[in-house]
Amino acid sequence: MSNAASTRTYSAGVKEYRQTYWEPHYQVKDTDLLACFKITPQAGVAREEAAAAVAAESSTGTWTTVWTDLLTDLDYYKGRAYRIEDVPGDASCFYAFIAYPIDLFEEGSIVNVLTSLVGNVFGFKAIRALRLEDIRFPLAYVKTCGGPPHGIQVERDIMDKYGRPLLGCTIKPKLGLSAKNYGRAVYECLRGGLDFTKDDENVNSQPFMRWRQRFDFVAEAIHKARAETGEKKGHYLNVTAPTPEDMYRRAEYAKSLGMPIIMHDFLTAGFCANTGLANWCRNNGVLLHIHRAMHAVVDRDRHHGIHFRVLAKCLRLSGGDHLHSGTVVGKLEGDREATLGWINLMRDKFIAENRARGIFFDQDFGSMPGLFPVASGGIHVWHIPALVSIFGDDSVMQFGGGTLGHPWGNAAGAAANRVALEACVEARNQGRQVEREGREILVAAARHSPELKAAMETWKEIRFEYDTVDKLDAAHA
Amino acid sequence: MTDIQDYPSRLGDSASRKFGTFSYLPPLDADAIRKQVGYIIARGWTPAIEHTEPAHTAGSYWYMWKLPLFGEIRADAVLAEAAACHQAHPDHHVRLIGYDSRRQTLGASLVVYRGTAV
Repeated sequence: MSNAASTRTYSAGVKEYRQTYWEPHYQVKDTDLLACFKITPQAGVAREEAAAAVAAESSTGTWTTVWTDLLTDLDYYKGRAYRIEDVPGDASCFYAFIAYPIDLFEEGSIVNVLTSLVGNVFGFKAIRALRLEDIRFPLAYVKTCGGPPHGIQVERDIMDKYGRPLLGCTIKPKLGLSAKNYGRAVYECLRGGLDFTKDDENVNSQPFMRWRQRFDFVAEAIHKARAETGEKKGHYLNVTAPTPEDMYRRAEYAKSLGMPIIMHDFLTAGFCANTGLANWCRNNGVLLHIHRAMHAVVDRDRHHGIHFRVLAKCLRLSGGDHLHSGTVVGKLEGDREATLGWINLMRDKFIAENRARGIFFDQDFGSMPGLFPVASGGIHVWHIPALVSIFGDDSVMQFGGGTLGHPWGNAAGAAANRVALEACVEARNQGRQVEREGREILVAAARHSPELKAAMETWKEIRFEYDTVDKLDAAHA
Repeated sequence: MTDIQDYPSRLGDSASRKFGTFSYLPPLDADAIRKQVGYIIARGWTPAIEHTEPAHTAGSYWYMWKLPLFGEIRADAVLAEAAACHQAHPDHHVRLIGYDSRRQTLGASLVVYRGTAV
């Protein structure tokens, strides 16, 4: 490129990473992909050197100089560490901000982005622990990704559901039911007033229930519940499979049965399979629910791994119409502000940097549709006021035990949830503080609904109030 | 088993048919409907009235009553249109919707007069 490049000379040996990959005066470009890592260096490794090492090992560098470096313009292709910040309340680590030129990544490939950013570098010896906290995907890259096959607005039109969160339920026991008995559980939930039921993620095609029989009986359940209630219904048919060929075969069969939605596990199956399935869903008009098995393995440790907000952004780009988000109030991990941060990343067009919610960068999704966050795990009717306040209308609330565990069965459990939800939405629209007045709202609604009254008596005392393991980084008070 | 209640929904019983948001609550009274109209207006959405024969609730398109009430911010005017629609079609379901033009969706959709079930 420049004359200077042509006069470089080869000098073999090991250079400090910071000579090449630490550029504190670098001006970030709109097209750069930006990443924030939390780095816990080994003792004696300077912050700038550790940050530069991460930038190098996740982009163009290796441990020693090689002559072929001089055949290209590494100043154009290299990632650069450009800023270092303290982590509030934790002196063992620091944040490093790294800018990667967009041409390092294949268009539309979350696979490629992750292979670079969270590849070898995570096992690098000079680093004790490493966590990818956030990625800013430049709009230029966002536009190369397919994104959600349909998105929130189209799903509402397809399912004819407006002005409230959607309601779902994961069928239990999660393993062991025959296809016909499983379909019974689905039918009872849907006739009682749920919009969706869901295959448990563990349900694929086991000997006790092969996928084809499950799909057949579930389809019958949906058709009857639709006719009975006059409302649109769906069941997330899990097409997660051992091979892509099996996955597509199952998806095609679901479509042939007229099923509106299928399901996929994006981390265990991988982003290659997920992106392909999302494209299939877009081309075939089938909604796509995404489960996140394995996420806690990579996102729960505060010092090592990938933060869930990054996984959520990657999934939005790879494609999905629903993604589990945690509930804040149920049995699974999730801090309120952090959860609000990543549900905004799922739904909004533009999300501004907001450290109080763990958002390190402005993120512009342009015209890419948003997806429904799914609140699921240990929730029941008493949580609905809080869930309506936290999640608003554009969410799916899934009550598994909170539907199936009703003393009168699934249909009554479903009706209890639907009545409670509608009562809370009505009250919110009237300007009432639903979270604070939740008890009065539910008690009043239960006067007209024996199903809700029984549910409220069954689950009155259950709470899940444990401290969150993965807290947002904040100075200790 | 005696204290377990049976769930009464039936294919053969038209009372089992539901029609979207708030249809699992008892019918909203006049005051409750006025508050939902107020919510639609306060959100900056456009109120509109639609209706249909109870035998044909399934499709995306019910009959539009006149046109959406663009720019209408008086709850009484919206309620009067809903009442006029009901008077003209006493056996129909009549629903109130709120068009959210920014997000290209319906921010609200609720049946305010329940027609004669079939």
